[in-house]
Amino acid sequence: MSWVVGSVAFWLASWWVNTRLSAMKGSRIAGFIVPALFGISLLVLWEGMVKGFNINPVLLPAPTDIAAKFASSLPILWTDFVQTFVKGALSGYVIGCGAAFLTAIVVDRSPFLQKGLLPVGNFVAALPIIGMAPIMVMWFGFDWQSKAAIVVVMVFFPMLVNTVQGLQASDVMQRDLMQTYAATYGQSLRKLRLPAAMPFVFNGLKICTTLALIGAIVAEFFGSPIKGMGFRISTEVGRLALDMVWAEIAVAAIAGSAFYGIVAMIEKIVTFWHPSQRRG
Amino acid sequence: MNWFRDKVLPVLTVVLAIIVMWYAGAIALNAPWAYDKATRTGEKLTITTLIVDTWTQDKPKLPTPDQVLREIWKTTGAMVLKGRGWSKRSLIYHAWVTLSATVLGFALGGVFGILLAVGIVHNRAMDMSVMPWVIASQTIPILAIAPMVIVVLNAIGISGLLPKAIISMYLSFFPVVVGMVKGLRSPDRMQIDQMRTWFASRWQMFWKLRLPASMPYLFTSLKVAMAASLVGTIVGELPTGAVAGLGARLLAGSYYGQTIQIWSALIMAAVLAAILVGLIGVLQRVTLKRMGMLR
Repeated sequence: MSWVVGSVAFWLASWWVNTRLSAMKGSRIAGFIVPALFGISLLVLWEGMVKGFNINPVLLPAPTDIAAKFASSLPILWTDFVQTFVKGALSGYVIGCGAAFLTAIVVDRSPFLQKGLLPVGNFVAALPIIGMAPIMVMWFGFDWQSKAAIVVVMVFFPMLVNTVQGLQASDVMQRDLMQTYAATYGQSLRKLRLPAAMPFVFNGLKICTTLALIGAIVAEFFGSPIKGMGFRISTEVGRLALDMVWAEIAVAAIAGSAFYGIVAMIEKIVTFWHPSQRRG
Repeated sequence: MNWFRDKVLPVLTVVLAIIVMWYAGAIALNAPWAYDKATRTGEKLTITTLIVDTWTQDKPKLPTPDQVLREIWKTTGAMVLKGRGWSKRSLIYHAWVTLSATVLGFALGGVFGILLAVGIVHNRAMDMSVMPWVIASQTIPILAIAPMVIVVLNAIGISGLLPKAIISMYLSFFPVVVGMVKGLRSPDRMQIDQMRTWFASRWQMFWKLRLPASMPYLFTSLKVAMAASLVGTIVGELPTGAVAGLGARLLAGSYYGQTIQIWSALIMAAVLAAILVGLIGVLQRVTLKRMGMLR
């Protein structure tokens, strides 16, 4: 019982501290401490509830158990990570986003095609494309190639729509100015419209990071060699070894956030001029 | 006529191009099997017989659109005509299973998301502590826990509609939170000051200014949430052992190599997504028009 009371007390105390901290205006550190403290207090609450109510680890393992499992099975987690993330998700992400970007530039010359592609692309982006995973597994086999293929299909349309929109983002004045400089199509594309499109391009790239990881993991539910994050999750769930599943989810979470973070960091460097990146 | 030339014609062209590419792809992908068959029976394949064969195989690598449509008709319309519209072999039954879980999850996620957004907008501590996690959680492949949620809830005796709806809820509440927070904060300083000069309470400010102002944002994020909810349900149906639903159809199809069945389930899911998102679009139009916000 002391577990339950203690963890709830800790949670309440940290909430009180957070209220105090957030009332202090203008401090940079509070913006970092408050969410961190909230996350920690949730973990403590989880630990306390599991320990206090003696919840069966088959249903919900405690965070400490998951951490122990994580530490003890690092080699397995690493091979799964390489198989799913590096081979499946990353290669698919690069191919898919690259292809979409090039397609957008090719279509850029024809307003007619753009008008047709935008609605269709928006529609396809809303479809449950993940359902194509079994087809890709059938076409490209069990190994990472099929995972990369489904990732390519999943990221293509969101990326295409964003890039096409981005290429239209420069305004008429700016384009007119380029024309008065007698800039060729290539020059105005390189020097004005591509840089102006970057915020949109990175928006697409950021959306696609999550899609890529989801695609690679779910595609493994339909068939995979005996490694990979999706494979491990589905088999360990079958064996009711939930601590391993949670460890795998932790890997997915870390990989997903890091992936997103890296893309966001590149965005900051590339689009330093955009209002959303300037420091007020 | 301008409307036709600027909107309909380009879209039709692109769709037509996709269909042509689809048929061409079917020839390319199914040709090896056709050649294989021909060498075994000792036939000689001309171009026409090859094309006819690639477009009419039983288990093609890529079925043609008309094969898929015929399969969909066979499992929906034709079964209704025979009065077996609700039998377990009909696609209507599976689509209904998926639809109900999707809508339930969407409703739960929508309500939860709106409540969370209201809390975040009105409580600074909550804003600072919860919001970063909401954003961080979007970078996490949540779908990965779908099988676990199903199995765990099954173990404590909850099965059927609810586990799938919970996964859908989990996926659909994020866009709603993010959109609603943006929307509830969209009134500018002037409007808020105006409310203050009228001595409006927080409550009145919420009902008369913030909530109406957030409507365009709400509907946009609801569309995203609906699409996410459908994906969640379909993935949620995978580990249940392929009992019912479009996701189960996909899994069963992939087990038995029934490509036409996979594609028909996929098209059905696409139609479902289009109808649901379209419905929200109509709702958006009607609401915003009555509020005078439609430009």
